[in-house]
Amino acid sequence: MGLAWGAFSAASAAALAATGRFMFPNVLNEPPQQFKIGLPGEYGMGVDERFKDKFGIWIIRTPDDMAQHAAGFYILVSTCTHLGCTPNYLSAESKFKCPCHGSGFRLTGINFEGPAPRPLERARVVLADDGQILVDKGKHYQFELGQWIDPEAFLKV
Amino acid sequence: MAETKTIAPQEGMSVRFWNWLTETQVWKSVFRHDRPNTDRNRVLVMLSNVFLHLHPVRIRKSGVKLRYTWCMGGLSFFLFLVLTFTGLLLMFYYRPTLEYAYTDIVGLREHVPLGIMREMHRWGAHAMVITVWLHMFRVFMTGSYKPPREFNWSVGVIMLVLTLLLSFTGYLLPWDQLAIWAITVGTNMARATPFLGHEGPGAALLKLGDIPLVHAADDARFALLGGTFVGEGALLRFYVLHCVGFPLAIAVLMAVHFWRVRKDGGISGPM
Repeated sequence: MGLAWGAFSAASAAALAATGRFMFPNVLNEPPQQFKIGLPGEYGMGVDERFKDKFGIWIIRTPDDMAQHAAGFYILVSTCTHLGCTPNYLSAESKFKCPCHGSGFRLTGINFEGPAPRPLERARVVLADDGQILVDKGKHYQFELGQWIDPEAFLKV
Repeated sequence: MAETKTIAPQEGMSVRFWNWLTETQVWKSVFRHDRPNTDRNRVLVMLSNVFLHLHPVRIRKSGVKLRYTWCMGGLSFFLFLVLTFTGLLLMFYYRPTLEYAYTDIVGLREHVPLGIMREMHRWGAHAMVITVWLHMFRVFMTGSYKPPREFNWSVGVIMLVLTLLLSFTGYLLPWDQLAIWAITVGTNMARATPFLGHEGPGAALLKLGDIPLVHAADDARFALLGGTFVGEGALLRFYVLHCVGFPLAIAVLMAVHFWRVRKDGGISGPM
């Protein structure tokens, strides 16, 4: 009797676990987390939106970064830190403005208006072997944790 | 002096047809009771029908008073039936894919005769959320949640959650900007699930060496969305839950709910 119930329980638990695992596919049809965005020379100063739709990032080239005090590139993840909508870049006002609840961010990513509790996050950016800029969205850097001074949070050019 | 005489009433055509019909084998195989002209037969009508037996055999006079019940439970059920029927019709046209979802919704209005069906489904859904709330409000204000009805109240709370989940999953299906961002914001809450959400309390403790066991691609939010953001996986999952999963669950609970009203002594009396 004990063996029968034990076997039945084990089989039921295994079936339940298999059902749960079924909900987590091994392959995702989503954009890659790491991608090359071209050579540094292809970008001028300021905000570039060419990969916003595809990868959800802004590429910003600056002559003097507030965190690294150098010239180069940083990548802002275009996810509002309030509730996760995608802000718009308003070039006339030099800011990112979220349409959902009105959060505003400076071009550095620092929040200055609306409900967003913290700055936008930056993504890892390095130079690939072929000289192209490599962006890695798998690694984020948060200003409020002091992570923007990380060498891979900024690409010095 | 007038002569009094009792004359047997002439049986009309319809009565004779009725008498013949109720004697046929087909009729008798379906209905196992006589006409409901006595108390006993009325009870048998209720007890020998799978749908009617969910209901009380008899209820208090106060139980059918509109000013007491507001009929909100009945209206909620009626709206559920309307939503099931109109939803079924919408399924003939709607395809839950990134390519077609939005255009199919527009097409439902522009290209389909009686395109009002989609609006009926939408407004019916809003109305059902309202009637369910008002039903609970009435039950609360009349103290009908008290023993012996506390179990049925709990079943009702679960059905309230299912009603809201049906509303929430249906919100995504038009696949417009409102839908996508509302679901993005809504499902971001699941990130903070204790232990099961990758930004939730305790999730950081679950790791093998340097490898986190709970991350963006295997947490509670992922299970909801079938992806790490609101995309094609989320649309399909919400569609399946909206059309099959949640309606099935709420239908089963409704049967329990109605049956339990009967078992707990019918509709509660005035306080």
